[in-house]
Formats: sequence, C-alpha cells, structure tokens
Amino acid sequence: MKRIEAINDFVVKFANVNGSGSASANELFAKSFLRMGIPVSPRNIFPSNIQGLPTWYEVRVTEKGYLGRRGGVDLMVAMNPQTWAADLQEIEPGGYLFYDNTKPLPQSRFRDDIHIVGIPLTQICNSSYTDARERQLFKNIVYVGALSSLMEIDPKATTELIGEQYKGKEKLLKPNVNAFEMGFNYAQENLKGQIGLKARRADRVGNKIFIDGNTAAGLGCVYGGASVCAWYPITPSSSLAEAFQKYCQKLRVDKETGKNRFAVVQAEDELASIGMVTGAGWNGARAFTSTSGPGVSLMQEFIGLAYFAEIPVTIIDVQRGGPSTGMPTRTQQSDVLLCAYASHGDTKHVLLFPEDPTECFEFAATALDLADRLQTPVFVMTDLDIGMNTRLCEPFKWEDSREYDIGKVMTAEELEAGKEFGRYLDVDGDGIPYRTLPGTHPTKGSYFTRGTTKDHYARYSEQGPDYVDNMRRLLRKFETAKELVPQPIVRRAKQKTRIGAVYFGSTSPSMNEAMDTLDEQGVMLDTIRIRAFPFGEAVAEFIAEHDQVFVIEQNRDAQMRSLLVNELNVDPAKMMAVLHYDGTPITARFILQEVSERMSLLNVKPLKKGKAA
Amino acid sequence: MTYLTKPRLHHPTLPVNKVGYTRRDYEGKVSTLCAGCGHDSISAAIIQACWELNIEPHRVAKLSGIGCSSKTPDYFLGNSHGFNSVHGRMPSVATGANLANRDLVYLGVSGDGDSASIGIGQFAHVMRRGVNMTYIVENNGVYGLTKGQFSATADQGSKSKRGIVNSDSPIDMASLALQLGATFVARSFSGDKKQLVPLIKAAISHPGASFIDVISPCVAFNNHPGSTKSYDYVREHNDSVNRLDFWPSRDAISVDYAEGEVIDVPQHDGSIMRLRKTRPEYDPTDRLKAIDQIGQHHARGEVLTGLLYLDREAEDLHVHLNTVSVSLNKLTARELCPGAAVLEHINASLR
Repeated sequence: MKRIEAINDFVVKFANVNGSGSASANELFAKSFLRMGIPVSPRNIFPSNIQGLPTWYEVRVTEKGYLGRRGGVDLMVAMNPQTWAADLQEIEPGGYLFYDNTKPLPQSRFRDDIHIVGIPLTQICNSSYTDARERQLFKNIVYVGALSSLMEIDPKATTELIGEQYKGKEKLLKPNVNAFEMGFNYAQENLKGQIGLKARRADRVGNKIFIDGNTAAGLGCVYGGASVCAWYPITPSSSLAEAFQKYCQKLRVDKETGKNRFAVVQAEDELASIGMVTGAGWNGARAFTSTSGPGVSLMQEFIGLAYFAEIPVTIIDVQRGGPSTGMPTRTQQSDVLLCAYASHGDTKHVLLFPEDPTECFEFAATALDLADRLQTPVFVMTDLDIGMNTRLCEPFKWEDSREYDIGKVMTAEELEAGKEFGRYLDVDGDGIPYRTLPGTHPTKGSYFTRGTTKDHYARYSEQGPDYVDNMRRLLRKFETAKELVPQPIVRRAKQKTRIGAVYFGSTSPSMNEAMDTLDEQGVMLDTIRIRAFPFGEAVAEFIAEHDQVFVIEQNRDAQMRSLLVNELNVDPAKMMAVLHYDGTPITARFILQEVSERMSLLNVKPLKKGKAA
Repeated sequence: MTYLTKPRLHHPTLPVNKVGYTRRDYEGKVSTLCAGCGHDSISAAIIQACWELNIEPHRVAKLSGIGCSSKTPDYFLGNSHGFNSVHGRMPSVATGANLANRDLVYLGVSGDGDSASIGIGQFAHVMRRGVNMTYIVENNGVYGLTKGQFSATADQGSKSKRGIVNSDSPIDMASLALQLGATFVARSFSGDKKQLVPLIKAAISHPGASFIDVISPCVAFNNHPGSTKSYDYVREHNDSVNRLDFWPSRDAISVDYAEGEVIDVPQHDGSIMRLRKTRPEYDPTDRLKAIDQIGQHHARGEVLTGLLYLDREAEDLHVHLNTVSVSLNKLTARELCPGAAVLEHINASLR
C-alpha cells in the first residue's frame, strides 16, 4: 500500500466535539511547528453551537509558507464518533488515521487504502485520572504528545509552549506536561515509525506573528484612535469588538485616574450600534462598529444618512455565508455589492479589502483616517477566514510620527477670523466640504444636520438644482477617494500576456500559491490584487491592457465582477468569473483547476508542458 | 405656518440673562407647523427654559428623529447644532454624540410615533443606559405628517378625525420610562407653560436620563370630540400632582413657603427643585408608587401631570463606563495611540 511520506508539507485535520477542550490542545500542536521554524496555517471549521456539535481544526504544515487552505487530508485525528465515516472519507489514499482504539471497532468501519494508527487514549486517561472532566481534557493533550513523537516534533517546543500558557498557574502546568509526556512516551514505545509525515527544524517563520484578523483589526482601531465602539454580537465579528475592549483596558486606561480613554457600548441591535457610531462621528470622536452581513442589512438606513449628511463612520464587516442567516460559521465574500451601494437612493461607499491580519490592523486604522478625511462611511471588508483563524503574517508596524488625519474641521479661531463656512460648500474642488463640531462657536458655524436634501449652507431645499449640485459634489468626493485609498498591487508575469486575473481579500494566500505553480508551469498570467473601492486608475488600466481577465472571488454572483463592469464600463465578455462559494476558504487547487481549464479553452499554451497539481 | 419673516431687530430693553443673551437669541427659524400646534408651545417652553438656565445656546446639541415633532429643533436654539436623524433612532445618535462629548447639553425631541412605535426599542435602551440627556416626547397620539393615522399612544376607543375607533391598547410612555430605569420622569401639557418650563429646566439639570411626556394636541388631526389628546380633553382631565420651581445651584434660594405645602428636593449638583404640592400624598422619589399612581389615574380617565419621579442619586452612562473627564472627541493621538514601542512588544507576544 502507498504511504504518504512528507517533510514539513502536509495537512493534519482534527475531528472533535465542540466544547470538549480540544481547541487549545490543537492550537498547541500547530504552534509547535512555528517554534521549529516551520510555517503553519490552521483553520477552525466550527458549527453555530457552543457544545455538542462536530468541530474540526485543520492544520496545514507548509515549509513554503502557503497559508491558503490546501484541500485534502494526510492525517486525520478522528476523535468524534459522530463524524467518523465522513472524516475517514476525506483522507488521501496512503494517508493516516489516528484514533482512540480503547474500544475495538469492526474492520468494516475502516478503509484499506489508508494507514491506521490506534492508541488507547480513553484507557490511558481513565487509569491516570479519576475526575471525568480531567479525563476528557487531558485526552486532548495526550494525543498531542503521541503525535509529537510520531511526527518527530521537538517535544521541547511543545513543553515550552505549555510553560508559557500556564505561566503563573503552576497547578495546571504540571498535569499538562505530564499528560503530554504520557502520550509522547506511549507512542515512543508502541507506535514508532507508523506515520510518514515528519517535522524538521527550518528557518521559515522569521519575525512573523501569529494572530487572527479580528484581534488585529481591534488593535488597529486602538492604534487608529477610535474612542467609541458600539456593536452588537454576531458571528464571526464578535471577537473584534471584544479584542478592541481588551486592548483598550490594557493600553487606554489613564494611569493617574484609572479612567478610560474609550467607550464601548454593546448596543441593543445593529440599528442602534450604527446610530451610536453616527452620533459619535458627528460629534467629532473616532467611532467604529464591527458586524457581519445581517448586521449591514439592518444598518442600511443609517449608512444612507451618514453618506448624505456626510458623517464619518467606520464599519468593519467580517463577512460570512449569506443570504439571510446563511452559513453563520462559514466564510464568503458575498457582501461586496451590499456594502458598495448600501442604502436607498444613489449611494456609493468606500470599501477596503484586507488580505490578512496585518492588513486588518493597517486598514482598520486607515479606515478611521479616511472616514474623517472623506466624511463618509468606510467599510473594512474582512471575512471569517481572515477574522477567526490565526494566521502567520508580517508583524504590525506603526510610525510614531503618524498623526491622525481628522480632515476638514473648521475651528472656532477660523470662524472668528471670518472664514466662510458652508457645510456643504465645495471650497477646494475636491468635493469635501468643511464641517464644524457642535459647541464650537457661540454665533458662527452651527448648522442643522439632516437626511433631507439641502443647499450649500445646510438649509433645507428640495430645489432640483440644489439637489443635483449636491449629488454631483458627492461624486467628486468619491473621485477624490480614489487617490486616498490603498492602491492595488499588480504582479507581472515573466513575459507579456494578454490574460490577467483580479482577486482580493482572503483569496490572497491561495492565489499566491496558485501563481507559484503557474509560474513553474510556464503559464503567463498577470494579476492585480484590489485593495479598495473606488477602483483607482491602475485597476482600469490593468483591465484595459488584457484581452481576458479572470475575476476570482468567493460568492455565487460574481459581485466584484459586477462592480468592475458597472463602475469601469468594461466589456463583460472579457471578464471571466471564477467563483468559489461553498463556505470553505478558496484553495490553490481550485484556482489552478479553473484557470488552467479556461486557459486551455482560450488556447493559451504554456511555454513548457506541465500539469496542474 | 406663517410666511412672515421674523424681525431681526431686538427690542433694546429685552432683558439679558447671566451669560449675556436675550430670550430672542434662543429662538430658531420660523416654525412650519400648523397654526396652534402644541409643539410650537413646547419649543417656546424650551427657549424659555434654556434662557432662564443661562445655558449658552451653542452648548446645546438638539437631536430628533422624523415627524412633526422632530422638525421642531429647527425652530428653537438657532445657534445650536441640530441633528434631524432617522425615524425612531434619535436615542442611539444622542447616545453616540454624548459619548463623544460629555460637555454639551443633549436635548432629544421626539414624537409618539417616533418613540412609541418605530423607536420604542431605542427609547427603552436609552432610558436604561442612563444617557445624560433630556428626552421630550411631544405626544399627540397621531401621525401628523402622514395625515392622521393612530400612533401607539392613542387611547383605546379614541376616535380619529375620520371616525375610526382605535382598538389597540395604548403605551404609556411615562410608565414605561419608569420601568426602564429613567431617573427623571415627568408629564406635562403643551398648553401649560407654567408647569412645563420648570420641568424642562429641572430635566436639563438632572445628571442622567430625563424623560418628559408632553401631551401636545394635533390641531389638524387630533383635536376633535372623541380624541383623548385634544386641548379640551386634556384641560378637563388634567390632574397635576405638584407644581415645580427649579433653581440652578448658583442661584440664591429663597425660603418663603408654608410648611406642608412645599418640599425642597436638592439635586446632586446642589441645585434645588421645589415642589409645590397640590396632592400632599404624592412622593416623587418612589418609583413603584409613581407607576401605581399613573395607572390609577389612567383608570379614572385622568392624565396625571407634574414631576412623577426623581432619583437624586442618578448616575449617567459616562459614570457607568468610567470614562475620562475630558471629552473623548478632544483626545489626540498622544492620548489614544499606544505607540510603536508598545506595538513591538505586542508583536513579540504573538510569536
């Protein structure tokens, strides 16, 4: 029988029961590789449930640093009888099944093209612990120990991590180390050589950090100067506001007075959370909310108000599978159009598309600046894949010289000096008017904010020319935004090609991996990673330069493609949708298959022959 | 409404208050509401209260939702920033605004449709959060701007102008505010300026969520026989529990009253609220009794007015959130950004 042999390049999947304490043990396993200098990319695949339903944790070990989901499983750690049959099916032929063999199972429950590695986990734990909860919890650590031995993971790396985790909690430290050693020793004595997937010390992690996108975005809001956060709990965004609060409690409490330089309100719903952010933005504080698709649906009316009354608002949308309640614990990029044109009437909004936690941090801070500069709602379009999975990424950077861009706020001194103030008057030709904050001056600069149409001086007016003039100015402002938002990143093939590909957000790691393979195969494809809407000139030029353009995205309706066609007036016939929307993150394998297939239809011959992985 | 523009010239003998403003400085644009609308009387009472309280007009932020009542902030305090927001969502906007700058006076003006129907959720939560603001509902039991549909405060059995009888039971906003934890609850009548002005002054001075339900007849759609929110009906059925005088803390307090008829209620900030009791048994510091009294009067077909409840130990949302004393909108990168060195430390902890 075939036997998969691999060093630092394989996928291990853990099948567990939700709430059984497996999450921290599995993360311990993943982090052990990082400590050995080997990149990993773990993903939680979890149900909308707290206890009892199946949950999976997939770890891709990848010396090359491919952080997208690979697809396929080389080693299944099958700890959930509920999903046993399906889990077994996922294992690649020649792969491995690691399971608890305390209770014998009939031969028919196995596959004959995979390698079976059994360990009596329950028996080991039952003989070592009397408490039922301990028996369950330590079972997880015991299997991590056994895998360590089987995969030649440096036990020092793991025990070091346990030491850090239980620093100051000595009572928990020792039993965890013991459980780890119990598993390790059992495997050393009984299972040696049974798994052909090995870890070898490498130097591919460098100074990268390991963090999830929600925590990164929460920290980005701290650095970006948000002082008001209003939010309503919704998967997969809740941990973002919680991270903001956690970091604020550490970093934003006045040392002398013990008072908070921040306010976090868990609102009664998303209508209230966006309302609070609107009120705070109107009154000059940097404010944000984090939510997901259903929340954005509820916020529509306020988003229109903030657009039309021109109030800075930052919304972080951690996208999940829609429509309706959809797939609350699965990933998608399906809110693109919802956010781009949110609310009734003619509206357009600024969207930022981070690719990983590093950009979540950066773009969260950038969004707060842009919202103030442009006096409008700004969306950060992340998703569950980025938001809720720990990802190896570049360390966060901040320049201490960086000041917040509060945009055009007219001061009492300027008003006193007689500077003309028209709330909706375009004095600079960039479409951005000046605003005043409430309470600025006793007799000058006050105005009435409203969602109804108005003239340059914020006076109610339903006159056609006033309305049209204002709507055109809003378009000019959107033009101005093009230059201010993060610009796209273009990657050219070695030779000139008439084929291009557009991608964005969490598709990045899989796209990078797919491009390496295409390069190896001699397939010439230029790519552009869109990082914001409105699209800058670079996007229009890229599409114009190519005869055929793939638009790779994670939704059913090719929403980014629609947005490109609509906004840039490009010929839809040249825009080829590559769509992945089953709720799992897009893979390099999927991209390669789709792109290769269509390129062969387009008669694009690779320079040298090769086949897609 | 009138098409006459307001004269800009002020009478030279108009009295100025302690901050140097005449009453006219607290006015706004000409009202576009119907002649005789109760809401205009409330605007006048707000103007009078702010002038008497010596609040500089620009230190007030006035917020509203959508509807006739929500248009009124344009008609008073012309030098204040105003925000005519989204239908039923004024409370959340006021909450956010208040979080951003705790140094201004927040005045929320809403209607019964805006607060009891579409906005009942936000009304409930702004009360329970204790946002330091004065929340005035201009309550006429009817949708004026859309021409006469019943609102959720319309009494069961009351008749619309078109003769339709309301079959839904009414929401009593004052009782609701009491249940939700509002720390200042009052009810008044737009036609009773003597009662309303001191109530607004006391509400503005109260350091927490103050709620005033003001019955305000709609002359166009709810001022006919059969309506329980008409001028005639309210005048006939009004039962006032007390008369209120209010002195801000810096005023000298006169002690000229007959024992047993008047009680002084000192406030947190040292200001004094003086209740001239028309009903000696009424105790405005008992939340449960207040709810009971409102219910008993309602059962008798009476509208209980006056200061219904006051919590002298009230705290606001900023106290609950333990925010710094300087307004959050005045903090700069220096106070808000932890800096590069801290970030390096965070990076290190993530390896």
